[in-house]
Amino acid sequence: MATGEGTRLRPPNNSLNERAIGWWRVQWLTLTVVVAGILAVLGALIAPARAWLLIPAAALAVLGLACTALIPVWWFRVHRWEVTEEAVYVRTGFFWQEWRIAPMSRIQTVDTVRGPLEQLFRLSTVIVTTASSKGAVRIGGLDHELAAELAERLTRITQATPGDAT
Amino acid sequence: MSDVPEAPGTSDAPVVPGAPAVPEVPAVPGVPAVPEAPAVPSVPALPDSPDSVAASEDGWRRLDRRTLLVTVVVMTGVVVGAGVPTGIGLSGALPPGEVFAWLLGGAVLLIGGGTGADYVRWRRTRYRMGPERAELHTGLFLVKRRSLARERIRTVDLTANLLLRLLGLVKVRIGTGEQTGGESTLELDPVTRAEGERLRTELLGRAPGAAGAPGEGMLAVLDPAWIRYAPLSFVPVALGGAGIGGLFQVADWFGVQNRAIHWAGDQFRGISPVWVVALIVGLAVATGLAGVVAALALWIEMWWNHRLEREPGGTLRVRRGLFTSRSISIEERRLRGVELVEPIGVRLVGAARVDAIATGLAQDDDAEEMDQKTLLPAAPRAVADAVAARILREPASPTSTVRLVPHPRAARARRLRWALSSVLLPLAVVAALGLLLTDVLVVIAAAGAVVLLPLAVLMALDAYRGLGHGLGGAYLVARSGTVRRTTVALQRGGVVGWTVRQSFFQRRTGLLTLTATTAAGGGAYHVYDTAEGEGLTFAAEAVPGLLEPFLIRERAAERPSGPGR
Repeated sequence: MATGEGTRLRPPNNSLNERAIGWWRVQWLTLTVVVAGILAVLGALIAPARAWLLIPAAALAVLGLACTALIPVWWFRVHRWEVTEEAVYVRTGFFWQEWRIAPMSRIQTVDTVRGPLEQLFRLSTVIVTTASSKGAVRIGGLDHELAAELAERLTRITQATPGDAT
Repeated sequence: MSDVPEAPGTSDAPVVPGAPAVPEVPAVPGVPAVPEAPAVPSVPALPDSPDSVAASEDGWRRLDRRTLLVTVVVMTGVVVGAGVPTGIGLSGALPPGEVFAWLLGGAVLLIGGGTGADYVRWRRTRYRMGPERAELHTGLFLVKRRSLARERIRTVDLTANLLLRLLGLVKVRIGTGEQTGGESTLELDPVTRAEGERLRTELLGRAPGAAGAPGEGMLAVLDPAWIRYAPLSFVPVALGGAGIGGLFQVADWFGVQNRAIHWAGDQFRGISPVWVVALIVGLAVATGLAGVVAALALWIEMWWNHRLEREPGGTLRVRRGLFTSRSISIEERRLRGVELVEPIGVRLVGAARVDAIATGLAQDDDAEEMDQKTLLPAAPRAVADAVAARILREPASPTSTVRLVPHPRAARARRLRWALSSVLLPLAVVAALGLLLTDVLVVIAAAGAVVLLPLAVLMALDAYRGLGHGLGGAYLVARSGTVRRTTVALQRGGVVGWTVRQSFFQRRTGLLTLTATTAAGGGAYHVYDTAEGEGLTFAAEAVPGLLEPFLIRERAAERPSGPGR
């Protein structure tokens, strides 16, 4: 029962690109503007319920702005990744922290995805899937050149590994 | 491997009365005529005569022609089912002759159209089991061509409902290990039973091991006494409720739902409340009984004649079904473990069912597909363990022999907190409303607390007792759940990654949830709320080398701030 007392997972070696903070900020800001904006517009149009709509709108706007300011910085400290010869290792989340480990020998596909916002910030997301439907590992917010290089490296390693990865 | 030309559909066809229902030409108005080959230039042209259902020279085969007969019968059933209520409904508004004419027209259109469409489908569908690939071409305008590499075919399942069985036909589903659902499945609907068996043995029997190797043969045969576990699931409740709902639906069709309710209401008037209560109780009992009977009937239909066997070459095969016969084959190479499932009712009487954890099993939401992975229906626990051991070719099942490490007390506190809050929060709302509005709600809340709180606490304690994990030989064993307790024995070699999760509250109490991802079954199996260090050590041991490089093994190591890249 007492085996492994004090054993912990160490944080992965690499942090994301610092531009990821800006990318997350824009996402939070968009969300805040959309939600608070809809409420505010409704409040402006529906006179009888004005107070009931504008007060939540203001509250959500304040909350959203606070999230925009704080959470990305927080995330940046927590989100880390590492690729060794044997495995891909990623840490995400703060309230629900999650470590994902996928061994090289079981990787099936390596994708690079760039949404419009990510392109603006010259970032990419690398998605590594294994044979499990639940085992995909995402590294979001990498510099796009680094991401391409990483994807290429991962593809090379996994191609050199025999077996059908199940 | 060789495609022996044989004539499915003509060889052992039982004499079917009314077989001339197969038209030579689709003489159905409104159904487009079959376009000729130019639509798909690369498909090898088939000889035009519909009699040449046997393999053509290049190995292309057709489905069995009697699919048309099946369609006619099914459509006739639909027409009768829909036509009778419609006829009754219309008879009030129209003269009988006109009603009859309308119904007849509709019936001809439906049966003719359905059969014509099926004829086109039959004409345009062909399949071939080549040396390299299994191919299926189908579709009218949009020609779908699917081909599966023979070496990737993992399952060949045969099902036949009553109608198909009477005609000696089966539906064949050929699947690969992909989890992408329908795209990687070939469905041949229908072929003769002999052809289905031939496909099955040919496609799965490519690596015949030493015949009569240990562990082959019959692994489990259904004991009819196990039917006693059928009513213990949630099925009876659901079926009983569905029955009542169905009655009301029928009443609604005939426009008498309100009348029925009023009638019932009238009966109650002037009767003492004691009788009303007795009547309600009686009704509930009747519903329950109906549900139980339905559950028993369902069990018989599903599991009758159930046999689990291992065939030479390492394929597990389940055969079962009273009316609809099903044959499910799971290649042993695809098996990653077994899962012992104990729904609470079944568990209380000491029984369990055995599910396979295998890659490439259908993952559809379909209830029927869900049962594909069940290797043994609810049976006494000892039998389930013995069968699991035989399935895994182990002397004893890891699900019974591995000593499971219990989880820390913090996990119990967590479960108690969840249980109490899930009961107390709704009750608090009810009580608060009661204080504002009426005292009745306060009484209800108090009564609810008296009944539900002990129940919730019991369930939380039971859930905690159920938690456990351990390693046994080649298997990783994890147990959890109270309403549906599962004991998973997963091959350590089948783990394709680890996910470790820790919520804010788990972090404060030193717990974490481990998730072994795998290509098989549900894709992920959880070990909930283990002690932080012990759980990580367990995960590292279970899959040597994977987690080890990322662990810190000393006490009170300060959190390194990790240099950037």
